[in-house]
Amino acid sequence: MIDKMHTISMLLDGLMTDKITPELFEHLVELGAFEFNPEEADYLRRELNKQLKVVHQLEAVPVGEDVPLASHGVPYTADIRPGLREDVWDPCENPAEILAQAPQVEDGYIIVPDIPHTKLD
Amino acid sequence: MTLMELSAFEIAQRVRQGDLSAAEVLDAALARIAAVDGRPGTLDAGELTEEDKQKVHAFITLTADRAREQAEAVDAKVKAGEPVGPLAGVPLTVKDIFTVKDTPSTAASKILANFSAPYTASAVERLEAAGAITLGKVNLDEFTYGSSSESSAFQPSPRNPWDPSRVPGGSSGGSTASVAAGEAPLSLGTDTAGSIRQPAAFCGVVGLKPTYGRVSRYGLIAFGSSLDCPGPVSRDVRDAALMLSVMAGADKRDSTAATVAVPDYLASLEQGVNGLRIGLSPDYMQITFPDLETGELVRQALPEEIRAATFHAAEVLAKQGAEIVEDVPMPNTSYGIPAYFVISRVEAASNLHRYDGVKYGYRTTSEYHELRELYRKSRAEGFGLQPKLRILMGMYVSAAQYSEQYYARALKVRSMIRSDFENVFNVDGAYKLDALLTPTTPTTAFKMADVYGDSVLMQYADQLTVPANHAGIPGISVPGGIAADGLPIGIQLLAPDFMEETLFQVGHAYEQATADEAWRKIKPMVLR
Repeated sequence: MIDKMHTISMLLDGLMTDKITPELFEHLVELGAFEFNPEEADYLRRELNKQLKVVHQLEAVPVGEDVPLASHGVPYTADIRPGLREDVWDPCENPAEILAQAPQVEDGYIIVPDIPHTKLD
Repeated sequence: MTLMELSAFEIAQRVRQGDLSAAEVLDAALARIAAVDGRPGTLDAGELTEEDKQKVHAFITLTADRAREQAEAVDAKVKAGEPVGPLAGVPLTVKDIFTVKDTPSTAASKILANFSAPYTASAVERLEAAGAITLGKVNLDEFTYGSSSESSAFQPSPRNPWDPSRVPGGSSGGSTASVAAGEAPLSLGTDTAGSIRQPAAFCGVVGLKPTYGRVSRYGLIAFGSSLDCPGPVSRDVRDAALMLSVMAGADKRDSTAATVAVPDYLASLEQGVNGLRIGLSPDYMQITFPDLETGELVRQALPEEIRAATFHAAEVLAKQGAEIVEDVPMPNTSYGIPAYFVISRVEAASNLHRYDGVKYGYRTTSEYHELRELYRKSRAEGFGLQPKLRILMGMYVSAAQYSEQYYARALKVRSMIRSDFENVFNVDGAYKLDALLTPTTPTTAFKMADVYGDSVLMQYADQLTVPANHAGIPGISVPGGIAADGLPIGIQLLAPDFMEETLFQVGHAYEQATADEAWRKIKPMVLR
């Protein structure tokens, strides 16, 4: 079974034109705030295109116009849903403990390097 | 019988009665870990030795001192005649995707390797309040992204106790390996596409994905927020029922934890299956792949012994009085993986943008000059390839120009998968099923490195489990036999929303009726 699946998966590599071109991939990398060496980029782009070929099965599914979008499976009816919580201030018991996780802190503030910006006149 | 062969139920009973101390149980658990687990996963493991390849490697972090304090507290209460909880003295392992205060909570990722959680997950808090002794955090696929546990940044990754050259499955592979190897009778895992049930099947243990919303997700490091379900891993069904009864229920810290009353799962366990309607579906006896030449789907029957184990379970249940309903149509089953490739990636990308090297977790040690560069370097160095792949895919399919084609369509297909279940569980419908019986996985545990790296092939390990995640319904995998390759086979039961008690009832009846079958006498290789 695994062998057969391997064969199909390898064949998928060569099927159809790549949806995610090197240019589009670079755009996604920028949006995702990543940077890759060429070997990683090759692997990731290849796998993305393979996954998309599987995703294309969805295009052939006869989806009726009245089929609703399901953002979750279990219907969250009012009788099983907790009500909204009270809008009251519930302070963190120990903010210092939270701040202690930050790589750089000064006077209770998290420090970041310069944020690229443009000065307006 | 050694202490580590006792069930959680038996341990708690004996500890409560004062026949056994929690400290003794802890000693036995630590001795078992020392004997079979080998070195824990680390970021700089180097080459694996031949000895490494014979060990289980379930753990990332063993918290023996913390466990000792918990065990002593339980023993002190018993001695003082104070009440102790239903899990008194029971060793527990926790998948390292849950936060436990003041302990490393890594998600098996370099990006969280230095993160010490400032709070404890609700599920862990409830288990510990019931007397469970947390031994430590067990390994998983990085951020749960995988079906073999090999993608962990903490190597050696877990190996299958039945054959250490095989994967334990994933992503809760450390959980199921630790339970199969007798390191703990209980483990807390999570299931987003099958991540409890698939490794439970591979490791010959019981794994339950509860109904979405049955167990609070507070303190669970998020992957797919509409799919993630914390759930129990155990060696028998009664222990899973016991563990769920402690964890389940509403939580003011998770607005998706349903306010549905938690039944007494142990009370319904012995009710048997007489009169229950249990379905078999041909759509779960095959695996479906996209065809390459024609665009049509290729359907391949599952291996004979996996189908045979499922049919055998149906026969056993029929003899106990269940009514088996054959040819139940589940026509949208094969769309589970393609829809999951879209929905889970969108949710993963959204959840993983928070890791940026600023607030907590890994920050790059190389030079940077501005904020975006800090983000890029921290994320590039901190995340492994599988999280990166999911983030990139999630951004692509949810981009404004593609979201209607991909994301919206996948959510509609999800409705169709849900309606398959609603149709067959409908009490006024044609099938009126109480449960659906299926195989859990298309294969037994595959060899280490055989599938890893091929993200499409790896995902198909979840084809029979992922529909329940889309639908939100509960599912359980129980051991259903041993294949010719000496590896466990899992069978899966699926039930309507919040009907975990049916799964326990049927699973327990099957266990009782097959207690004397020869395969149940076989032990995992690391325990022989």
